[in-house]
Amino acid sequence: MTKKRALRWTVGFTALLVLTAFFFILELISGTTDLTVSEVFSALSENNSAAHTIVADIRLPRAISAALLGGALSVSGFLLQSFFNNPIAGPYVLGISSGAKLTVALAMMFALQNGIMLNSAAMVGAAFAGSLLSMGAILLLSGKVKNMAQLIVAGVMIGYICSAVTELAVTFADDANIVNLHNWSQGSFSGINMDNVKVIAIIVLAASAAAFLLSKPMSAYQLGESYAKNMGVDLRIFRFALILLSSILSACVTAFAGPVSFVGIAVPHLVKTAFGTAKPIIVIPASFIGGAVFCLMCDLIARMLFAPVELSISTITAVFGAPVVIAAMLSRRSQKRGAV
Amino acid sequence: MSEMILTAKALSAGYGKKVVVDGLNIGIRTGEILTIIGPNGAGKSTVLKSIASQLPLLGGEVFINDTDITSMSLNDIAKKLSVCFTDRITAEKMTCEDIISTGRYPYTGMLGILSSDDKKIVREAMELTGVAHLADTDIRCISDGQRQTVMLARAIAQEPQVLILDEPTSFLDINNKLRLLTILRELVRTRNIAVVQTLHELDLAQRFSDKILCIAHGKAERTGTPEEIFSGSYISELYGISCGTFDTMFGTAEAQRTEGEPQVFVIGGGGSGIPIYRRLQRRSIPFAAGVIHENDVEYNSAKSLAAELIAEKAFEPISDESFDKALSVMQKCREVICCVQSFGAMNAGNKNLLEKAKSIGIFNNSDEF
Repeated sequence: MTKKRALRWTVGFTALLVLTAFFFILELISGTTDLTVSEVFSALSENNSAAHTIVADIRLPRAISAALLGGALSVSGFLLQSFFNNPIAGPYVLGISSGAKLTVALAMMFALQNGIMLNSAAMVGAAFAGSLLSMGAILLLSGKVKNMAQLIVAGVMIGYICSAVTELAVTFADDANIVNLHNWSQGSFSGINMDNVKVIAIIVLAASAAAFLLSKPMSAYQLGESYAKNMGVDLRIFRFALILLSSILSACVTAFAGPVSFVGIAVPHLVKTAFGTAKPIIVIPASFIGGAVFCLMCDLIARMLFAPVELSISTITAVFGAPVVIAAMLSRRSQKRGAV
Repeated sequence: MSEMILTAKALSAGYGKKVVVDGLNIGIRTGEILTIIGPNGAGKSTVLKSIASQLPLLGGEVFINDTDITSMSLNDIAKKLSVCFTDRITAEKMTCEDIISTGRYPYTGMLGILSSDDKKIVREAMELTGVAHLADTDIRCISDGQRQTVMLARAIAQEPQVLILDEPTSFLDINNKLRLLTILRELVRTRNIAVVQTLHELDLAQRFSDKILCIAHGKAERTGTPEEIFSGSYISELYGISCGTFDTMFGTAEAQRTEGEPQVFVIGGGGSGIPIYRRLQRRSIPFAAGVIHENDVEYNSAKSLAAELIAEKAFEPISDESFDKALSVMQKCREVICCVQSFGAMNAGNKNLLEKAKSIGIFNNSDEF
């Protein structure tokens, strides 16, 4: 069994890495100007061609950010699922993404009105504040509601409230800014430049690595609070770390790509099913890579399906993600009846 | 004398600021099983959780090997003390081996990867508890009894000095109850550790504990050996038994007797009358029983269930006085049932009673009375 499991995991990781490479290359070569793989490579090395601009300034940052932010969303989702012991918890359904969206929109409008350019750090900071705000509301509610479904409903409602306020603010924004803001608030990986990518890479990789280091207490926490405590987990520090990391990760996504739906639930669920385990030490890295694959694929579809018209990323992630969420919910129910 | 391993001094246990149990003193030595008994809501689990550092102490101190538990790191406590609860594990996609492996948590490094030694200890814990065949089975796909045993294996894999179990036998059938307690019995001896547990099954508490702690009315009412606790009417008082009686000798309960003028007279002895007493009780028929010796195995049952009992002193033949008393009661009954198959010198009086019943014509000979 241990050998069988090790084989399954090796195959799983290999498949995920191959898929990442596959979609990553597809992201680089496809678009309104189709390029071959060799053209992409030569475009990267030469400096002043049109192809160089397309690849180096548009497609490459977009592909990297889609991969990194997809990974961030999935890990953030898995952290929240562990925290709430609920497989359908995620940054989007709990309203954490919407909270971030609200504060980023307000910050952007404030900056535009006063003629300031917001830098990446300020965007992430604003998104983080919003994430924590929603998270705080959810935590307050989670103390009151014992039922997991109620918690999700509460999260969805918080999301609606934040979205409504965002829409309200957008309505009163300057005409010139509306288009920009509107696009962003729908969620998209477009318009991310290489400087953004650097910030994204630092935050996402650092936070994901930190999450990976939480694997051990997370596996203890899966047995329930009492056992985790008995195994020597400092619950207060552990919970704080979970909340902090999941908020940072989802805040980073929202700051740069707007709210992206369902990735945080769908990917960890698919990974757990494919790998046949819920061990954080496996699921966290696998979710990260799986999230990258998922978002690269969805972004590709969003760009290519009705090209040159680009769809919002959430449109595609919802199509693929929502059914998985339903599947996750059903598997949770059958588990209660004692079946696998 | 083995060494004292866990000591609690003037312990106050409770939730938040509310003290549930106060002024508790406990001392447990290696190789001992301490069982906490007491009525529902008395605070047994609260005490257990406080000892296990699951709840902050509201007062007093807990020591492990003379070290104050509050001065120890969580990881150090985890190496000394492991717990086993009855809460359902909701973890998804975890095999029993995964669950048991978490017992090695305090001993592993940053990422919790098990060394070959750790794996060996996990394997041993599985073999000791007889769950090795479940290693690769999903924890959600096994029976309650198996799950309880797996959780015990997990606690054992943690290699504690004190093992704390909250109602480990609930949900288990009688065979599994006995098996689990036998494992604990062996464990405390062979590994020289101590067990602290709560139990609702008094008969098992009586048979498998070295010490019993009785908790009621917010304090430790009594501590002692099973022989000291299970004596006289103490258990009835502890639980406030009002709808029946408890036999401290056997640890068994009898339902409440039907009071009233006896309608049936049962000639019993040697345990043969017990099924009849219980059947009459279920049918709410008041009955008299006699003549039963005070050292008869069915004396306690008869005393608990019969509306009227005619008893004789232990080891004495049935006296004329007892016979006359029984006869006068019997004559008022509409039916007589005789459960005794053979008569000897000691219960010759009962044989006479049977003859009398036959001559009066109230003897019921059929199997169904």
